[in-house]
Amino acid sequence: MFAYTIRRLATLVPVLLGMTFIVFMMIRAIPGNPAQLILGQQATKEAVAALTQRLGLDQPWYTQFIDYLTGLFTGDLGVSLKTNVPIAEEVWPYLAATIELAFVAMVIAIVIGVNAGIISAWFQNSWFDYTAMVLALVGVSMPIFWLGLMEQYVFSIHLDLLPTTGRDNIRVPVDPITHLYLIDTLIQGRMDQFAEVVKHLILPGAALATIPMAIIARMTRSSMLEVMRSDYIRTARAKGMKMFWVVYKHSLKNALIPVVTVIGLQTGLLLGGAILTETIFGWPGIGTYIYDAISYRDYPVIQSGILVVATIFVLINLLVDLLYAAIDPRIKFK
Amino acid sequence: MKKSLLTLFALMLALSLALAGCSSGGDSSKGGDDDKVDPNNVMIYGRGGDSVALDPAVVTDGESFIVTEQIYEPLVNYGKDNTDIVPGLAKKWEISEDGLTYTFELEEDVKFHDGEKFNADAVVKNFDRWAQSKDGEKFAYYGSMFGGFEGDEGHVIKDVKAEGDYKVVITLNKPQAPFLKNVAMSPFAIASPKSLDGDKLSKEPVGTGPFKFKSWKPNDTIVLEKNADYWVKDMPKLDGVTFKVIKDNSSRLNALTKGEIDLMDALNPSDMKKVSDNSKLQLFERPSMNVGYLGFNVEKAPFDKKEVRQAISHLIDKQAIIDNFYEGTAEPAKNPMPPSIAGYNDEIQDREYDEAKAKELLKSVGMEKGFTMDLWAMPVARPYMPNGQKVAEAIQAKLAKVNIKANIVTFEWGTYLEKVQKGEAPMFMLGWTGDNGDADNFLYTLLDKDTIDSNNYARYANEDVHKLLVEAQTTADEAKREELYKQAQVIIHEDAPWVPLVHSKPQLAGASKIKGFVPHPTGSQSFADVSFE
Repeated sequence: MFAYTIRRLATLVPVLLGMTFIVFMMIRAIPGNPAQLILGQQATKEAVAALTQRLGLDQPWYTQFIDYLTGLFTGDLGVSLKTNVPIAEEVWPYLAATIELAFVAMVIAIVIGVNAGIISAWFQNSWFDYTAMVLALVGVSMPIFWLGLMEQYVFSIHLDLLPTTGRDNIRVPVDPITHLYLIDTLIQGRMDQFAEVVKHLILPGAALATIPMAIIARMTRSSMLEVMRSDYIRTARAKGMKMFWVVYKHSLKNALIPVVTVIGLQTGLLLGGAILTETIFGWPGIGTYIYDAISYRDYPVIQSGILVVATIFVLINLLVDLLYAAIDPRIKFK
Repeated sequence: MKKSLLTLFALMLALSLALAGCSSGGDSSKGGDDDKVDPNNVMIYGRGGDSVALDPAVVTDGESFIVTEQIYEPLVNYGKDNTDIVPGLAKKWEISEDGLTYTFELEEDVKFHDGEKFNADAVVKNFDRWAQSKDGEKFAYYGSMFGGFEGDEGHVIKDVKAEGDYKVVITLNKPQAPFLKNVAMSPFAIASPKSLDGDKLSKEPVGTGPFKFKSWKPNDTIVLEKNADYWVKDMPKLDGVTFKVIKDNSSRLNALTKGEIDLMDALNPSDMKKVSDNSKLQLFERPSMNVGYLGFNVEKAPFDKKEVRQAISHLIDKQAIIDNFYEGTAEPAKNPMPPSIAGYNDEIQDREYDEAKAKELLKSVGMEKGFTMDLWAMPVARPYMPNGQKVAEAIQAKLAKVNIKANIVTFEWGTYLEKVQKGEAPMFMLGWTGDNGDADNFLYTLLDKDTIDSNNYARYANEDVHKLLVEAQTTADEAKREELYKQAQVIIHEDAPWVPLVHSKPQLAGASKIKGFVPHPTGSQSFADVSFE
């Protein structure tokens, strides 16, 4: 297992290198000069030329790429063209915001999705099964933009239950330590602020959870149905075991293996795909950080931001593969 | 099982603490005495984007200026709702008869937020910083407003000297008519001399303004607190101002409706009714200092023919565009600058919507059968153009009536600007918001032959217009300047390098408890005298 992990980690290097190269070439194919965008419409031609030179954008692409890679190997993610701050210094608060949001979204998606899938399988062809699967279909195809605004309208403005936007109460803001506000407020012993942070997480978390929840529910259902048709389940039921234990103890463990794959993939997707949710809910996360960088042609931020997200994505996939063994001892790594 | 969960949680905690340790630059904050601040007397301002930096001299975007406007002050200010010049850190000034020497008398009891005294030396040090940098990329506004830097041929400012503690004399190389209006611009606000050492100003701003910087969570909030030692009596009235980024206009309105923010900019015109119907909210209208226009590339056929440009001018129904896409919150434009600016020529007769006249003009150049062309539509909402695509479609329909087939073309915003600047667009939509309320900042900046390849996207060059605009730049006599600008507008109207479309009035929405807020035409204003009822 240890050797396998090391080997998998080693194969990540060419994967990430290839991805870095593709992203590097792609963002340079977008027209639009960063120097012009940074200096604004007022800038003189000379100023734009000077900045282009200072940023090294007048160099051939391979020189720029080699410079970038050299930097990466020394832990230098580059400097944001917009803010002039090293990306390694400024990326964590954004990433933390998105991790916290994605974590909550995944908890919601897994708890509801897995259970809805199980119950649908258990009571196959019942009204619950049909309703859940129709909802799952709607969930997959629901535009997050619209859903987010509707959530705000119903739960914040109409019912006055939850806040509309942001991570904390702006009038009594959280002092960041780790930038994971759930943890920060606990460290500071501010239970009032902790409650605020939880409240702020619910609506964006639910919006972001919709698609993975629907996918997980459908996956769990079909996987459960398959397992429940197998001989050992029939035996367990024939022995008079209670249905609850048959489902949650014997079936679930085997049914979960494909579900875990889906959960892993969806978690990775959430990190990158949170842009719309972050935009609607005023959430200062990595999605909007990269999105802003694209409209600003902030090459280093686009490049390194995507690299950070991609790294997390592949690490999650690795984690999922390792989890297989924990769930199912029959799976052996070579 | 329980033990392993606990270990996992501890590991995550340790990891996040370690990561947080790596990110010291993520946000910056200074200590402040929170206990005095009443959170209910802090105004939360919702906006669509974050500041780039907090050193006004190095930024060019409105989102940065609206924050620096609270922290710093320039020598002179604009009037509360206009661009007339009123005292700022300078209480009085004198201009020599030849228009070359400006003597400013400074306020005496002013302190910077770091406790440093404000005096003539501080002013000199700020001006020296800009002029001596010779850095057009860093101090872009200084270079463009004052004709370059120390040693450059066109540099307007000869020297800036302190005479005693509270008198500053600025001598010019040549008269510059809008000089005071330039000095009043946000980028030329005075920062504490101590803060100029090193390069910290962008993150740790220190000015003399009504509010002090407290903290900045990037892309989220910027917190300012009251400057208790502010030199203007009984100001500011608020305990602080917090700027909160909420990108989506509809979400921002939701946050306002819920009371999470107190004031928001960039209200969708279509949401105005929601605000006026809500007794807890009020609407604010920013006076117009912008122009949205349809430009022709006058170097490209068929728009190299004046008659074609005039014909198209007769095919744009401006009032219908305003009624449908601006909810009536704009006025039709006939000149390349708004009426609020001195020198506006109101005698010019706009080209009315007239299909027959358009056909006649096209016939006069043998184009009565019409033609096919590309119409470039703006991909983003701007104060002067809330919905570029829809406006382009309306124009397209009208052009079709005289057999002109317009294909609507669009690109992502950065690309769009770059391509239009390069002259790739035959006919395009764009606009401009003025910087300093001077006619020069519209006519010369946008339509002089010197600014082709820069902001003169129509690539319009007319020698007579050029002479008038350059003469106006160096004429001190205001009445004469106005006359020159009026003449220039007559020629521009005849040549029709643009169809001026609208002067819009951007809408803001706020809680009804807000008192004393007057939106300024330049796009940003101090909140010193804003209060809650």
